[in-house]
Amino acid sequence: MFEYAPAPESRDVVDIKPSYGLFIDGEFTDGAGTPFKTVNPATEEVLAEVATASQADVDRAVRAARKAFGAWSALPGSERAKYLFRIARIVQERSRELAVLETLDNGKPIREARDVDLPLVAAHFFYYAGWADKLGYAGYGPDPRPLGVAGQVIPWNFPLLMLAWKIAPALACGNTVVLKPAETTPLTALLFAEICRQAELPPGVVNIVTGAGETGAAVVNHPDVNKVAFTGSTEVGRIIARSVAGSAKKVTLELGGKAANIIFEDAAIDQAVEGIVNGIFFNQGHVCCAGSRLLVQESIAGDLMEALKRRLSMLRLGDPMDKNTDIGAINSAEQLARVRELSDIGEAEGAERWSPACALPERGFWFPPTIFSGVAQSHRIARDEVFGPVLAVLTFRTPAEAVEKANNTAYGLSAGVWTEKGSRILWMADRLRAGVVWANTFNKFDPASPFGGYKESGYGREGGRHGLEAYLDV
Amino acid sequence: MSKTERDAAKARTAKARAGKARAVKEPVTEMPVTEMPVEETPAAGGPVATALVAEAPLAQAPASGTVAPDVPAAGAGRESDGQRAGRLSVRKTYKLYIGGAFPRSESGRSYVVTSSTGGFLANASKASRKDARDAVSAARKAFAGWSGATPYNRGQILYRIAEMLESRRAQFAAELADAGTERAGEAVDAAIDRLVWYAGWSDKISAVAGSANPVAGPYFNISAPEPTGVVAVVAPDDPLLGLVSVVAPVIVTGNTCVVVASERAPLPSITLAEVLATSDLPGGVVNILTGSVKEIAPWLAAHMDVNAIDLTGVADEDLAVTCEQAAAENLKRVLRPSAPDWSADPGTRRMTAFLETKTVWHPTGL
Repeated sequence: MFEYAPAPESRDVVDIKPSYGLFIDGEFTDGAGTPFKTVNPATEEVLAEVATASQADVDRAVRAARKAFGAWSALPGSERAKYLFRIARIVQERSRELAVLETLDNGKPIREARDVDLPLVAAHFFYYAGWADKLGYAGYGPDPRPLGVAGQVIPWNFPLLMLAWKIAPALACGNTVVLKPAETTPLTALLFAEICRQAELPPGVVNIVTGAGETGAAVVNHPDVNKVAFTGSTEVGRIIARSVAGSAKKVTLELGGKAANIIFEDAAIDQAVEGIVNGIFFNQGHVCCAGSRLLVQESIAGDLMEALKRRLSMLRLGDPMDKNTDIGAINSAEQLARVRELSDIGEAEGAERWSPACALPERGFWFPPTIFSGVAQSHRIARDEVFGPVLAVLTFRTPAEAVEKANNTAYGLSAGVWTEKGSRILWMADRLRAGVVWANTFNKFDPASPFGGYKESGYGREGGRHGLEAYLDV
Repeated sequence: MSKTERDAAKARTAKARAGKARAVKEPVTEMPVTEMPVEETPAAGGPVATALVAEAPLAQAPASGTVAPDVPAAGAGRESDGQRAGRLSVRKTYKLYIGGAFPRSESGRSYVVTSSTGGFLANASKASRKDARDAVSAARKAFAGWSGATPYNRGQILYRIAEMLESRRAQFAAELADAGTERAGEAVDAAIDRLVWYAGWSDKISAVAGSANPVAGPYFNISAPEPTGVVAVVAPDDPLLGLVSVVAPVIVTGNTCVVVASERAPLPSITLAEVLATSDLPGGVVNILTGSVKEIAPWLAAHMDVNAIDLTGVADEDLAVTCEQAAAENLKRVLRPSAPDWSADPGTRRMTAFLETKTVWHPTGL
C-alpha cells in the first residue's frame, strides 16, 4: 500500500459557535429543555452546546409555521421557486463550509461530504425549485394544494442531505415546515437556518427545533401538524405509524433496509468489487439502503472474496478531515456499541469474521471494515440492520435462489444486481421486492429519481415527480 | 311500469347484448382458473380441510346467459320465494370464497341476514380468525401468478368479470333490492361499467404512474409501479357498486386481496364470488369473507403477511383506529375510512394507494 502524506481539509472555513438556539419564526431563540452537547465523533471533542426544544417550544414553532402557511401557500409558484433557487445557490456558495461542518459533526470523510452530500443537497433544492410553478403538470390535477404544516424528523447519517430531501419538496408544494435534526448532528441544519435568513425566506416558513426523541415525538404528535415525514429506524417508524392512527395526518416513512447485493458469475468482477465496497462501506455503512448482504454465485465465491479482501486492505480508515480518507468515524458511542454487539452476535452464531489489518485511532468512535462469511439466513447479521461497516456474505446457485434469498427479509428498500446479461438484469429487477434496484452500480442518488421502500422499509417516495405527492393534498 | 318490471326489461336487453358479445372470438387465451388443491390448504389439519371442500364444483356454475333474467337461478330465501307454480324453490347456501373454493366457515358459525324489511334471507357464514388466515394464505399463494400475469391478461379478465356480471344482471338486481338498494338495476349497471373502466387501466397505469428519470449522470433510470402484495379490504355497505369499486382497483394492478364483505348485506358479495369464479380469475386473487367486521378486520390489520389495508368500509371510528394501530406493526399501507360517492369518477387514487414505485438504475456506456 502506498503511503500518502496527510492532506487535511482546514476547519477554519467554518465558524462554530459555542452554543446554538432553536430557529423559530425566523429568529434564533432559546429552548426550554436542558441543552445538549454535540461532539466530533472522530475525536470526541465537544463542538457546541445546542438547545433542546420542549413541548412549548415545538408549539411555538408549529404556530409560526401555521401563521406563515397562508401567505407562503398563496404565493405564486414562480415566487416560491425563486426562494428555493436562492437557497440552492447559497448552498453552492457555502458548500465547502457546509461540507466541513458536516464532517466535523458526523464523522464522515470530507471527500464524501464534499463530493456526494453537498452537490446532492444543492441539486435537490434546484430540482424542486423548478417544480414549484409546474405542479399542475405533475399529474395530480390542475391545481393541487399543499397540506399545511409539515413536521419532519431526520436521521444523523446524511444530516443536510436528508434536510434537503424533506424541506425542498415541502416548500415547493407550498407547505411550511418544522424540522427536527438528529441530536448527534444538529449543526448543519442550524447553519441552514442561517441560509434561510440570507435567502430572505419569510419567517416561519422553515423552523428548526433541536433535541432528542422527545422533541421529535412532540413534532410528530402535534395536533396542528398536517403532514409527518420521517427518515430513520423501522422501530421508530412503527411508533410513528401507530401514533398518527386515526388522525388526518399524511405520513411518509423512509426506514431501515437489509439490501442484497447480488453478484452473478458473469459479472465484471473488478467493477462488482468496487460496487460491493461502495455499497457497504460508503459513509461507514450508515446508509439505510446499504448493500449489507452480499449474495455471491457459488462458482465465483472464492475468487470474489479474495478480490474483495484485497480491496478492503487498501481502504484508508482515519481522520475524516483528511481528503484521502475512505472510512471515517462511527457517528456516536451508542451506534458503535450496536455495531459491536451485532458483530459479536455474528461471531457467536458461527459466522466467520474478517477485517483487514487496520489501526484504529485511539480517540473517537471507530470500527474496522468487517466481512462475515459462512452466514446463514437465520443469523442476525443477515436479518438485522447493523447500520455500520459490516457485510454479511451468503452464496447462491441459481437466479431463483438469489431472488428467494434477497426477498427473504422484512425490509425492501434497495437491491443490487451484477451481471453482464441484460435479460437477467431485467428478470431479477422484476422479482426483487425493493424500491430501488441498482444494476451494475450501487448507492447512486439523484433528485430526479424516486427513492423509498417496500414492506417494512416504509412508504412514500422522495425525489422525482413522485416525491411531490407526499406534500400535496391528493 | 313498476321498478321491478323496468329492471327485468333492462335485463332482457342486457341478455341480448351479452349474447352478441359472446359470439366475438377472444384473440388471446385467458388464464385458466386454477383450482386450489384442498390438500395444500395452509395449516390444513382436521376440520379445516373438510371445511374447504367446495360443495359445488366450480366448473358447473351457471355459464353466462343461461340464467333466465326474471328468475333468480340459485334463489336465496327471499320473501318472494317458493310461490311460483306451487313449486318449492331450491335455496342457495351462502358460504365464504377462499382460494377459488366456497367453504363454510371453519368455525361452523353462521348469522342471519335479513332483507331491508326484516324478512329472513339466508344464514350467511360467519368467518373466523382462522378463515381470515386461510384467506391470507390463499391470497399470498396467488400473488406471484397474478402479479406476474401480463397487464393485457389482467385487463381481459376484469372485462370478463364485467361480462359475467352483465349476464346475471337480474339476479343481482333482485338481491340488491332485497338488501334495500334503491334503483337496484342502475346500481348493477354502474358496477358493470366500473369494472370495464378499471379493466382498461391494467396496461395504462404504468404510463401514468411511472416515469423515465433524467438523472445527472450516465445512467438509464426508470420508475414503474408494482403491486403492493396482499391487500385486506373492508368493503363498504353499498353491497355491489361499493364492493366492486374497492376490489377492482386493488386487483387490476396485480395485488391479491382478502375482502370483508358488508356485514349488513353480505349476500351479493358471495353471488359476486360466483361471478369471479367463472371469469378466469385465478383462485385466491379475491377472497371474500362474510361475518362480523369488528371481529375479522383487526385480525387482518394485525396479520404480518398482509401488506396493506383498505379501511373504507369501517364505519366505527374506534375500530378504524384500532385497525390502523395494528397495521403499524408491519407498516402496512393504510387507506383510511371514507364515505365516497360511488357514482362519482373514482380517479386513480384507489389504484395508486396499493402500488409501490420501483426505480431501476443501470449505467450507460460502451
